Amino acid sequence: MELSTTLPVVWFLIIGFAIMMYVLLDGFVLGIGILTPFADDEAQQELMMNTAAPIWDGNETWLVMGGAGLMAAFPRAYAVILSSLYLPVLAMLIALIFRGVAFEFRFRAHTSRRIWGVGFHLGSVVAAFAQGLMLGAIVEGMPAEGGKYLHGAFAWFSPFAVMTGMALVFGYGLLGATWLVLKTEGRLQRIARDLTRPLMLAVIAFMVMVSAWLPFLDSRLMDRWFAWPNLLYLSPLPILTVAVAAWLWRAVLANREVAPFVLALSFFALGFLGLVAGMWPNIVPPDMSIWDAASPPSSQGFVLVGAAVMIPVVLFYTAYSYRVFRGKVRAGEGYH
Amino acid sequence: MTAEFLSRIQFGFVMSFHILFPAFTIGLASWLVFLEALWLRRRSEMLRDLYFFWLKVFAGSFGLGVVSGIVMSFQFGTNWAGLSTVAGNVLGPLLNYEVMTAFFLEATFLGVMLFGWNRVGHRTHFFATCMVALGTLISSFWILAANSWMQTPQGYAVVGGVIHATDWWAAIFNPSFPTRLVHMVLACFLSTALVIGGVAAWYLLRGIWQDKARLMLRCALALVALVIPLQIFVGDLSGLVVREYQPAKLAAIEARWTTGKSVPLTLFAWPDEKAERNDYALDVPHLGSLILTHSWSGEVQGLKDFPVHDRPPVAAPFFSFRIMVGLGVLMLLLALTGVLLWWRRRLFEHRWYLRCWIAMMPAGFIALLTGWYTAEIGRQPWVVYGVMRTVDAASPVAASSVLTSLIVYFVTYMILFGFGSWYLFKVLRHGPEAAPPRFGAEATAARPLAVVDDGGED
Repeated sequence: MELSTTLPVVWFLIIGFAIMMYVLLDGFVLGIGILTPFADDEAQQELMMNTAAPIWDGNETWLVMGGAGLMAAFPRAYAVILSSLYLPVLAMLIALIFRGVAFEFRFRAHTSRRIWGVGFHLGSVVAAFAQGLMLGAIVEGMPAEGGKYLHGAFAWFSPFAVMTGMALVFGYGLLGATWLVLKTEGRLQRIARDLTRPLMLAVIAFMVMVSAWLPFLDSRLMDRWFAWPNLLYLSPLPILTVAVAAWLWRAVLANREVAPFVLALSFFALGFLGLVAGMWPNIVPPDMSIWDAASPPSSQGFVLVGAAVMIPVVLFYTAYSYRVFRGKVRAGEGYH
Repeated sequence: MTAEFLSRIQFGFVMSFHILFPAFTIGLASWLVFLEALWLRRRSEMLRDLYFFWLKVFAGSFGLGVVSGIVMSFQFGTNWAGLSTVAGNVLGPLLNYEVMTAFFLEATFLGVMLFGWNRVGHRTHFFATCMVALGTLISSFWILAANSWMQTPQGYAVVGGVIHATDWWAAIFNPSFPTRLVHMVLACFLSTALVIGGVAAWYLLRGIWQDKARLMLRCALALVALVIPLQIFVGDLSGLVVREYQPAKLAAIEARWTTGKSVPLTLFAWPDEKAERNDYALDVPHLGSLILTHSWSGEVQGLKDFPVHDRPPVAAPFFSFRIMVGLGVLMLLLALTGVLLWWRRRLFEHRWYLRCWIAMMPAGFIALLTGWYTAEIGRQPWVVYGVMRTVDAASPVAASSVLTSLIVYFVTYMILFGFGSWYLFKVLRHGPEAAPPRFGAEATAARPLAVVDDGGED
């Protein structure tokens, strides 16, 4: 097989992996921010933030990896997606700025402490919503001609995209709640545990709604799903998703600590895989395929050498850092 | 106003804001490596206190660098889709290498550096500090490679209107890369040293933290004294590269309109771009040729040799270059005076000299920014020199969208800058107290490794 045929497939998988890592890892950190209003007091909010303070930065780097990877491997897709989604990208970046500096500023502030608490919460909610909105817009399809999006500055705004935006806010909330169950104890763990069940119900409801809506989108994302024999090959995905959802529900009812977080991550990953499988082989639905958007083998091959070496190394020291900060986070284990 | 024009303003603004923080963290990370290494050898309380004090400053600066850096990584797609489409094959891989080799390294080990003191051994902690510092340097390697490639592109071919890389070694180690990388890293070290020395001078003038301030000022002075001559030398080398590969930029920097031999050096003038001449020029004969060509009568090209649509703006590079060089000369004077006073054992005695250090605190950053303005405005109208014009690089987005984002970025960054500077001021004013206080209470069960490592001191 030609390099120009296989390399884009490899890169589609790598970028899919990077974006999934981002969604899972920053997902639970954004989830913490989404849930801060449920804390009893400022001390609890601080504890919630402390569970993520040492690792949020590395988690967010996966977003940069996804962006830079897209630019390197699929420059045309990078150009079309980001310029078409100009305003949602702006909203996401500004929200991530406030969320990020809140980690740093909140601990330095005295009188303005509350402002950064609010900034952390709103930043997390808006970033999650904007990401869901963009996901919805991409799935719906972005018809482009000569690199120019055919619709106007607000064409991404649709009922479907708003729904996926809301879905992601609740989804990240679920990840955040199960993370807090894992990392905290006592009253705060109780609060997180009580949030898990309603969040799970909401997420399952959104998942059903999105799945039911997909076949009716112009981008006909689900055609691939329902074409025989694809349905047979892809059938493990929905079956596993249902099984994981049931298992998650039981783990939450049984007051388990580790299992809900792991299962919530798996649940999310399966949903993400389902969408990606539907998009294949397009990187920008409805008609820009990964081969249309790919950079030449001289570029994709050059970065692949680095990725093959560096991504395992990155995963290794990310795991090391999580190991260093394992265990429950307690009050007083303050910021630097 | 067109989307392209607004995008230029936006890029200049978000970039100028962003670059200050990585520049500071590049310098601070190496300073922290130095302090912690010294502490590991001597185990003096003072060194550890200083480490944690500057770590606080580092953390704030790093945070602002991260959030404003994420904005940068999306700018090429949102506002410069044309550039991404045409040059993404080269720029994308270089930026992706930066993420894979530097960003993850910094972000991950920063967590250990900030929060791991009680959880890992001292040597492991020092290793984390080193990894963060290494990450900042690797990061500057890739960014300067990408930017220098846009200045002096090599190792590429244009196929169907799109740039393809043909030789990565040539693309990365392009002609302007080595000198520009060294120039930038030295500028980061200088900027940081001027802040450290300025803070030390502030404490000495206020009569607080005397021992720590003396150590900081000595270190800062030693660094500036060693680096500034080197920086002037590297800057000169960089000029020779510009002369060879970007003669129009050099002509704009020098406000030289006509080609000639034995050209003078224009110290000051008011360049008039319409009339193609300088008003109120203050010239030193022959010096231009001597500096630019290293010969008494060397030839220097003038702007009139280039068609008007291929010329960069003149006033901006001309003045920003002069501000940069002027500040460099002041740094040299500061260092020479300091070395003289140090030699006569009077470094800490003269209040006027300490005030000079305080006045020079922002000098490194201003020089760094004006240096970048010189480089970036001077290469116009090209975004990839000689290959692609900036006009063709912009995204097909609505001007109203770009105006919205420009305003939003401006307001957001002003808020960040305001609060950030205020917190930084509070930390610096308070000074390097006994550290690490926030690790005192709970330094118990969670730190078996640390106990093994140094026998449970502190």
